Amino acid sequence: MEPLVKHRGIAALMPRINVDTDQIIPKQFMKRTEKCGYGKYLFSNWKYREDGTLNLDFELNREEFKGASILVAGDNFGCGSSREHAPWAISDYGFRVIVSTSFADIFFSNCFKNGILPVTVTAEALKSLSDEIEATPGVSFDVDVEKQELVTPGGTVIPYELDGFRKESLMKGMDDIDRTLKHTDKIYIFEEKQNLKTPWLWKAM
Amino acid sequence: MGKTIAEKIFEAHTVDSLAGDITVIGLDAVFCHEITTPIAINDLMARGKDRVFDTSKIKAVIDHVTPAKDSKTAMQGKILRDWAQRHNIKDFFDIGRNGVCHAIFPEKGFVRPGYTIIMGDSHTCTHGAFGAFAAGVGTTDLEVGILKGVCRFKSPKSMKVAISGTLVPGVYAKDVILSIIKIIGVNGATDRVMEFSGPVVDRMSMEERMTLCNMAVEAGATSGICAPDMVTVDYLWEFIKEEYPSRQAALEAFQAFTPDGDAVYSDTVEVDVADLVPQVTFGFKPDQVRPVSEMEGTKIDQVYIGSCTNGRLDDLRIAASLLEDKRISPKVRAIVSPATPDIFSRALDEGLIKIFMDAGFCVTNPTCGACLGMSTGVLANGEVCASTTNRNFNGRMGKGGMVHLMSPATAAASAVAGTITNSEIFCDKGERR
Repeated sequence: MEPLVKHRGIAALMPRINVDTDQIIPKQFMKRTEKCGYGKYLFSNWKYREDGTLNLDFELNREEFKGASILVAGDNFGCGSSREHAPWAISDYGFRVIVSTSFADIFFSNCFKNGILPVTVTAEALKSLSDEIEATPGVSFDVDVEKQELVTPGGTVIPYELDGFRKESLMKGMDDIDRTLKHTDKIYIFEEKQNLKTPWLWKAM
Repeated sequence: MGKTIAEKIFEAHTVDSLAGDITVIGLDAVFCHEITTPIAINDLMARGKDRVFDTSKIKAVIDHVTPAKDSKTAMQGKILRDWAQRHNIKDFFDIGRNGVCHAIFPEKGFVRPGYTIIMGDSHTCTHGAFGAFAAGVGTTDLEVGILKGVCRFKSPKSMKVAISGTLVPGVYAKDVILSIIKIIGVNGATDRVMEFSGPVVDRMSMEERMTLCNMAVEAGATSGICAPDMVTVDYLWEFIKEEYPSRQAALEAFQAFTPDGDAVYSDTVEVDVADLVPQVTFGFKPDQVRPVSEMEGTKIDQVYIGSCTNGRLDDLRIAASLLEDKRISPKVRAIVSPATPDIFSRALDEGLIKIFMDAGFCVTNPTCGACLGMSTGVLANGEVCASTTNRNFNGRMGKGGMVHLMSPATAAASAVAGTITNSEIFCDKGERR
């Protein structure tokens, strides 16, 4: 996983609320059995018209947002299905940071496992960021993971919460699976303890 | 300080506590299906880590698209099947024995009070009905779970949902949960466990509690949970009778996972259901809910009865009781998918399948297919479905399709009427429950 320490990128504005994972990556792409290559299907039902041509009314198709790597979206982003295909598609498309007033639980957690930083901000902060993008489409924001700050050229500085474990994963590009394998001793100790206290849990069902 | 159910379960399963209030918990079960697990399997293989932490704690089923509808879905099934064989996973449910994951796993006794369970499926919260902590996760978490039997969670906060009153006939658990989601909104319980309690929950069967917990995720919750009681013990007795000398002894053991009187909740929602009427969704969000009276006459093309929310035997019984000696409207088509082979078989024995067929329903094998718009009941662009499922997102059951969520009773009545209808018009006034 590519580390995320300091990031500067074009911020794309998608002022929609309750963007669910079915919209992020529609079900017709759920038949694949690999983790990569979902970027071209991101928001597929919005990005393309019925006839397969590009829907120029869709925000992310705006010329100014080409190459954007920061997505600024409305409340409750990523709700619905637990599919990790959603962050895979977002990351494969090129986004590293998503800003919203709230994220759905499973999606939020899935982001960190794929080198994406979800930044939760207040409604006022979201408004200010949105206004700045609208005023200067194509504007780039700076995101500092170490300092936990998002800074705009307009001078807005937005601090955000980030827990230590996830921060380390992002900054070092560490993989959850490898990180877990480093702690097998603790898992073993737990299993031994649980086996003594609640042996029925270890009987084959 | 007292503890919630989730806190007690976490305490009993803590492997490690990490910075930022994150707990690594040991898992009692990892559930798998053929949409999200094959990617985990392929990734673990690519990493040279094609192992499982405990074959007896992994349960797998092919349920989302079954029978396979094309080469790609056949491959998803094959990857899961080959993996289950390779690792000698005994509890693997292939076609003929397969059912909707959140219906078949509880039915087999795989869910117990105090358990910790993950699955790559957002409706895993269903299993909280047993007093277990069960949560949907992504593929990476699933991989970690399969490999090492652990999962990281933010230490859970709980929302207390106290449900009082008495339900009138024709109003069901589905109406209760829809009305709660309407109150708190689609992100009203984000990052929290919804702990359902109160006299209405106490009187509910396990099936009804599963309906309640199933839709917790539609309010953004990490999971739903109900305290285990004698109803839970009775449901599980067949599976646990070797482990406890009596039902009372089992109940006492399960008390370890009931909330303390002074447990601390992040918030409390009190709902009185005495005046509740059947509820129906109207938009593309599960909190866009109205009384059925305001939706009456809405045109529908398809009726769907099934899914992990409402495809269980009681749901079929309720629907069949309204369909007996009736035909569905010629303006609609209707599909019923009993959620498991056992439910199907019992519905046959009870004559329910004949009632559905005589009424003009298509009866399918157990599968999730229609609910997520992948098979056996996909909508065409512009079509409308009256459905007992859990998600009415735009295009959920088919691109351009509209879904109205409702109880099996309202769905059955609507099938007969040809438009959304209150089941009241078809039934006698019974007793309050």
